[in-house]
Amino acid sequence: MKLITAVVKPHRLDEIKDALQAFGVQGLTVTEASGYGRQRGHTEVYRGAEYTVDLVPKIRIEVLVEDEDAEQLIDVVVKAARTGKIGDGKVWSVPVETAVRVRTGERGPDAL
Amino acid sequence: MASAITTLAADAPALSAANTGFMLICSALVMLMTPALAFFYGGMVRVKSTLNMLMMSFISLGIVTILWVLYGFSIAFGTDSASLFGWSSDYVGLSGIGLTELWDGYTIPVYVFAVFQLMFAIITPALISGALADRVKFTAWALFITLWVTIVYFPVAHWVWGTGGWLFEMGVIDFAGGTAVHINAGAAALGVILVIGKRVGFKKDPMRPHSLPLVMLGAGLLWFGWFGFNAGSWLGNDDGVGAVMFVNTQVATAAAMLAWLAYEKLRHGSFTTLGAASGAVAGLVAITPSGGSCSPLGAIAIGAVAGLLCAMAVGLKYKFGYDDSLDVVGVHLVGGVVGSLLVGFFATGGVQSDAKGLFYGGGLDQLGKQAIGVFSVLAYSLIASAILALIIDKTMGMRVSEDDEISGIDQVEHAETAYDFSGAGGGSSSRSTAVPAPAPTENKKVDA
Repeated sequence: MKLITAVVKPHRLDEIKDALQAFGVQGLTVTEASGYGRQRGHTEVYRGAEYTVDLVPKIRIEVLVEDEDAEQLIDVVVKAARTGKIGDGKVWSVPVETAVRVRTGERGPDAL
Repeated sequence: MASAITTLAADAPALSAANTGFMLICSALVMLMTPALAFFYGGMVRVKSTLNMLMMSFISLGIVTILWVLYGFSIAFGTDSASLFGWSSDYVGLSGIGLTELWDGYTIPVYVFAVFQLMFAIITPALISGALADRVKFTAWALFITLWVTIVYFPVAHWVWGTGGWLFEMGVIDFAGGTAVHINAGAAALGVILVIGKRVGFKKDPMRPHSLPLVMLGAGLLWFGWFGFNAGSWLGNDDGVGAVMFVNTQVATAAAMLAWLAYEKLRHGSFTTLGAASGAVAGLVAITPSGGSCSPLGAIAIGAVAGLLCAMAVGLKYKFGYDDSLDVVGVHLVGGVVGSLLVGFFATGGVQSDAKGLFYGGGLDQLGKQAIGVFSVLAYSLIASAILALIIDKTMGMRVSEDDEISGIDQVEHAETAYDFSGAGGGSSSRSTAVPAPAPTENKKVDA
């Protein structure tokens, strides 16, 4: 199994959710996150005092998938998240040792 | 017979129901300015000190109201002594005032005048609190207000507005409180912060306003309340001066807001919300002393100059290193000085008094008087406030501890937080906090 994690622009969430559903993903976890990449943050001005705000709002989407679906799923997420502008985010995958469905105790791919 | 009575009555002013009603409404409008100020300031601080900021303004409604009735009105508007303060035993506790007794020379009851002036006395110390955000013990602040209004505000109000007060007799024009309210509060703020010092993290940590919508709400309500503050200060509306003041208040505020925004756009590249709110307040401050003596076009000029200069002045704290947290000095002191001095240029001689400013052929005379008013109140308030702060700081301590300041003054001083961030679904602590804490064992022994 693989854990796919995507840190993307908040306003792309709906597109990504729809694309994942179309792909057949059963469940996902969404967290509000903040961070920056190459674009860094932005500047805000309050009565002449300038503040550099490094961390910009992002959302973090996590999905568990079977190994053979992982590459294709990454492509689906990237396609749905892309706006072509700076700050679109990152997607990565890591191997997962096991997963358990809490209600039934099913393990491995059955738990997805 | 009937005409004889009318003639007799015309000699002395009679109670005017219209003016009395108008002044009661104006008083209520000015009262609203203090909670409005609380929100204006409250939105500008960080989440962790929102309630303290609201409370520092709000407590003034409690303390000053009581002091005003006890002796404040007597000191400010009682019979003059040595041109410095007043005293009338009838005014102590407002005990010897008849229901229909009129304020001397006007058509409104003394009670109405007293309550209108009370609202000015309440908002003035509240204005100071913006400079002290995040770091002052609430008890120390309450004591400061008590001493400050007694030693500074009540006498200064007498100097400026009281019959026999030395600035009043000299001919200094302060229509609605540029000197007595704004310069007074701004100089006091500077005096106190020079004593108590900077917030932990000043110039290092970001201290961004936590809610600009609250700031805008506060500024909007201040603008609204200010019509009572300014238009009411003629104490009636029989001759149209109050109406001119109403118009001037509106146009100067608009001009100041636009000037502040223009400066920001040129200097920093954006039109900010805080700039619009601040510019409006700067305009209101500046037109307060001057609006009764100038024309609407003069008011536009006064507002624009004040908006520009105040926008430039708020940066001075970074240059000189004093932590005027919410720019009380930059907006109220500078705005008050600008407005008071501009009377010396823009007074037309045709509205509030015959005194003419430089631009209307009056020479430098009025400007000189205004300067004396500005700098005497500024110096007295600055020095007296610094001494009061020093005394309180040496005895009970003016500031909360550094740890408490960093963790947030709301919880330390008020045992509350402004917002519940535990999120949807409820926090995990709801059950444990609902159960009262068990009494300490020592107490149990005492009870038994």
